[in-house]
Amino acid sequence: MKNKSLVSINDFTKEDYLKILDLAEGFEKNPSQQVLTGKVVATLFFEPSTRTRLSFESAVNHLGGRIIGFSDSNSSSVTKGETLKDTIRIVSNYCDLIVMRHPYEGSARYASEIATVPVINAGDGANQHPSQTLLDLYSIRKTQGKLNDLNIFLIGDLKYGRTVHSLIMAMSYFNPTYHFVSPDELKLPDEYKIFLNNMGIKYYEHKEFTDIISEADIIYMTRVQKERFTDPIEYEKTKNAYELRNFMLSNTRPKMRILHPLPRVNEINIDVDENPKAYYFTQALNGMYIRQAIITSILGLK
Amino acid sequence: MNENKQLKVSAIKNGTVIDHIPPRNLFKVISILGLDKVENQITFGTNLESKKLGKKAIIKISDVYFLDDEINKIALVAPQAKLNIIRDYQVIEKKVVEVPDKIVGIVKCFNPKCITNHENIVTKFIVASKKDVSLKCCYCEKITYQDQIVIV
Ligand SMILES: [Zn+2]
Repeated sequence: MKNKSLVSINDFTKEDYLKILDLAEGFEKNPSQQVLTGKVVATLFFEPSTRTRLSFESAVNHLGGRIIGFSDSNSSSVTKGETLKDTIRIVSNYCDLIVMRHPYEGSARYASEIATVPVINAGDGANQHPSQTLLDLYSIRKTQGKLNDLNIFLIGDLKYGRTVHSLIMAMSYFNPTYHFVSPDELKLPDEYKIFLNNMGIKYYEHKEFTDIISEADIIYMTRVQKERFTDPIEYEKTKNAYELRNFMLSNTRPKMRILHPLPRVNEINIDVDENPKAYYFTQALNGMYIRQAIITSILGLK
Repeated sequence: MNENKQLKVSAIKNGTVIDHIPPRNLFKVISILGLDKVENQITFGTNLESKKLGKKAIIKISDVYFLDDEINKIALVAPQAKLNIIRDYQVIEKKVVEVPDKIVGIVKCFNPKCITNHENIVTKFIVASKKDVSLKCCYCEKITYQDQIVIV
């Protein structure tokens, strides 16, 4: 993996995933390992995403590295009309690694072609956000003790949710059974179903989930956004069907955990937060260990 | 009879004849092959009768022979195109076009949010399907389908 950019979850093999997860476990036990001393990481956030940026910057800080960059393209030369190409070429001179978020899809792949240092994609539009997927895998393995043979429920916006698409692809190495729960308008695109059929992976589609979640090992909730609906009446009808409430969890498996990429709006009621099965805040913390693992393995330090 | 039709666009002594082009894509073929920048004599006819296509277009280029790689690019817009290689007024070779595995340049990515539509970048696609041509963008990973293909 050394000097290889992480642009898309599809760039890494199953073995690469497992190596990152194992490294992350080490960082969880001992987060302050000064292996990045003397290294500079650039965080280029062409669109704001405070949580992702802080997670990466916290990872770098814990490793003893230094950070340069910007968190909003208004404050950078981008407003003066500089191309992404020129920005990347110049910043490459100043750092050992670039972490980039950009509103246009494919921008991270392009940056990885221009840059003379590795690039980590921290989100390119609706396309890819691979460190999120790796932290999802980490959270699943940590809570279930394994990745293989799990019942994964994906609930909400399965049409546009990039975290859902990447997780489906990544988990497919581990013989999961998927339950896809969404309103008709936000069903999983066919290309993913074709992929699963080719892989011989079992999946079921549902419109509601309350009577089946006793089967779940993982419930992965996503936001259903009002603006995704062509018909506002449809939205009003469906919005309550996808709100997870504490009372619904009484018959679920003891080890079952609830994940969410955050931020949530109202798809998980706050009465769930104190339930030991609510895992989404710890999931976000896991992101820091995963990012430490990604950075060190790309730089060949671990 | 066939000869008469061919003569509607004058015969050439040496060069390439590209036949069975869908008329609506004639100018796409011209631009893919860069014929608008070629100095050689070029004649074309369009909306000619064709048993296969209903209507077809045909291009005759004097003293130009194409590499397979070059000519295969037109398969995106003229999958049924046939080539006749002419020497001394005789057809010495016939060729059909074949969709390549990779398309560099030529096609615009269909995704308006793709970086290639916002910065001066040479587009790159992996051909996901050769039958009903579909192209997967190497940058944004989205698919551009045949009816969405726009030539840059
Ligand atoms: Zn694209």
